[in-house]
Amino acid sequence: MIAELGHFALILALAVAIFQVIVPMVGAARGWSGWIEAARPAALAQFGLIGISFAALTVAFVTSDFSVALVYENSHTAKPMIYKISGVWGNHEGSMLLWVLILSLFGAAVAIFDANLPPKLRARVLAVQAAIGMSFLAFILFTSNPFLRMASPPFNGRDLNPLLQDPGLAFHPPFLYLGYVGLSMAFSFAVAALIEGRVDAAWARWVRPWTLAAWIFLTIGIGLGSWWAYYELGWGGFWFWDPVENASFMPWLIAAALLHSAIVVEKREVLKSWTILLAIMAFGFSLIGTFIVRSGVITSVHSFASDPERGVFILLILGVFLGGALTLFTFRAPAMQARGAFAPVSREGALVLNNILLAVSAFVVFVGTMWPLVAEMLWDRKLSVGAPFFEQAFTPFMVALAIILPLGAILPWKRGRLARVLYPLRGALVLTGAVMALIFAVSTGRSALAVIGGGLGVWLVGGAVADLWLRTGSSGFARLRRLPRADWGKAVAHAGLGVTFIGISLLMAWQVEDIRVAHIGETFRVSAYDITLTEVDERPGPNYQATVATMKVTRDGRQVAVLYPEKRIYPVQAMPTTEAAIQNGMFRDLYLVIGDTQPDGGWAVRTYIKPFASWIWLGVALMALGGCISLSDRRYRVAAGARQSRPSPQPAE
Amino acid sequence: MRILILCLSLVFAFPAFAVQPDEVLADPALEARAREISRVLRCPVCQGETIDESNAPISRDLRLYLRERLVAGDSNDQAIQAVADRFGEYVLFEPPAQGVNWLLYLAGPVMALLALVLGWRFLRARNVAEVGPTELSDEEKARLDKIMRD
Repeated sequence: MIAELGHFALILALAVAIFQVIVPMVGAARGWSGWIEAARPAALAQFGLIGISFAALTVAFVTSDFSVALVYENSHTAKPMIYKISGVWGNHEGSMLLWVLILSLFGAAVAIFDANLPPKLRARVLAVQAAIGMSFLAFILFTSNPFLRMASPPFNGRDLNPLLQDPGLAFHPPFLYLGYVGLSMAFSFAVAALIEGRVDAAWARWVRPWTLAAWIFLTIGIGLGSWWAYYELGWGGFWFWDPVENASFMPWLIAAALLHSAIVVEKREVLKSWTILLAIMAFGFSLIGTFIVRSGVITSVHSFASDPERGVFILLILGVFLGGALTLFTFRAPAMQARGAFAPVSREGALVLNNILLAVSAFVVFVGTMWPLVAEMLWDRKLSVGAPFFEQAFTPFMVALAIILPLGAILPWKRGRLARVLYPLRGALVLTGAVMALIFAVSTGRSALAVIGGGLGVWLVGGAVADLWLRTGSSGFARLRRLPRADWGKAVAHAGLGVTFIGISLLMAWQVEDIRVAHIGETFRVSAYDITLTEVDERPGPNYQATVATMKVTRDGRQVAVLYPEKRIYPVQAMPTTEAAIQNGMFRDLYLVIGDTQPDGGWAVRTYIKPFASWIWLGVALMALGGCISLSDRRYRVAAGARQSRPSPQPAE
Repeated sequence: MRILILCLSLVFAFPAFAVQPDEVLADPALEARAREISRVLRCPVCQGETIDESNAPISRDLRLYLRERLVAGDSNDQAIQAVADRFGEYVLFEPPAQGVNWLLYLAGPVMALLALVLGWRFLRARNVAEVGPTELSDEEKARLDKIMRD
């Protein structure tokens, strides 16, 4: 009964979405205010109906209703509650439902919060948003219905893939989808602006918070996914350039470019058509990502069960939206006149370079990801493109980006001089040189990666500090507190990028690994640490059997940690998993893994010392935090217009 | 037949994680090279894993084979080529820069160059738009003079 209710609500949501596409769009074209206003209740109704549908599926999972085929295939009564809930989106159908739920959530958010949007623009934005919702609702109902019943319900389910029974599943996909789908707002705003034929500073101001929010969510989602892959053994470490990882990384890069180009539109009214193009492409890459993950055309570690019919459907959606938007773009873009003029060496010029580097690096990731598919289709060659290619082809762009970032961040608008901006950065420059020399000294004979990556990271952090310092002028710290939030957000996010740079390069250059057979009671040494395997015992878990090792780590006779790496067997899927035990530290992570028993009674043991690993996610967290600070700036607050009428005292510039 | 055995061994195998202690070579320098190579080779039966990380028996076989070759005196490239000869270029995570793969390697640099040229032209155009009107052409000067005189 509840499942049928969910199914019915989903069908109603499709009907509402169709209504929401047609009525506001016609209303906006004809200027009928009643039809224009219909967009808001429709968006709310659509969100409510999809919410009911999602709740119904959640109830089916929580109550282990195995008459629903999806629950039977992905759940089990013995599974802990958190995985029963996160299991709702641990499969293709349920995750698509989450996708449209978030899509309608964004639509509803526009309906509620963007009170100051011109009604026509809002109606068009919501209509485009509903068009996306309509296609994906149809996709779910016709190819991936989560509510299908079993003729004869079995007694128990087949359980969720044990690898997915992890807190990572509870948080990684929802954040990622909030990011992916959030970019649909930028897309809808872009298409609505193309239909209206007007892009100005106000438009950029409206679209920026949505893009920023999507970018923050995407940052958090990718960061969580990378962290999950880091502690899960066999997923290639924190980043493997897997097609699905790339699928989330491309929209992130484009969204980052879009954020920066929207600033130029807002401040200087140039780069308008380019910004529109980026807004279209950002969501286009989200759709391409969805296609890569769902169609199974590219083999990857975490693709869903592949189904050609679904792939074709998504390709169709992708073609219609991307093709439609780009066609509209070619007709309307020439009408968008740039206003401002500026010299090549200026903030605008630096942001253009930023956009070139980010967009081309996204293109490189795209080409590398799709190349195996292209090679197989055109030349019948089965080949792979993996981490070594991306590291070579992608890294130079990031190096260039990191070099120019601190310079560009403090260049004045319109016209600047490089010599002038180098002066405030002298401190950062000296610090960078010193750190590079230090890294070079302690890592003789190793790769240049640590020196360059670490140096660039310090340069970015130093540049962000110099940026803030410069903004304070001569009034010092008192001024620092009164700086606009957007300036703080910018500095924090840029510093975060630097911290991530340091983490990635030092981890990759300095990681120490040890593989050996250890007997119980035996102590072995890995770099400066003495590790003792004290005991190994069997422990039952809620829905698995675990072999847990107890390992003591000491350094110079002082105990550093006691870690419990595990091996688990999940009987329902007869699948073993390995749970590494990690002690996170500021300057290094200890990472222990227990393997199989050996013929001589010992245990296979792996030890990793991972220097500066935490810095990767510390930097990601800083980037997201910087985004949040910037989002809270009064100028960009979603409902800013409502408050604009009340003048508030501003600190004198 | 070999494929069949491979598949069967995959189905009935008891998985063991990644590099096992008994695989590790005594010579640390040689072992380091073996690890370096096994990180760029793809497990032929898994979904996008390196043979270094994979639990599949075939990956273990490949790791052992690789070490045999290194012990026998192969260079890194020769050892990689030996594996690629048996399993095809699918196992190479770094596609060889030959034939059509040049397109892959050149796509990034060419696009970057194109974008830089277009970007530069755009910047120049914006710059001229500002500088242009401030300088009067001779014809304009003549007209201005005429107007001033009138």
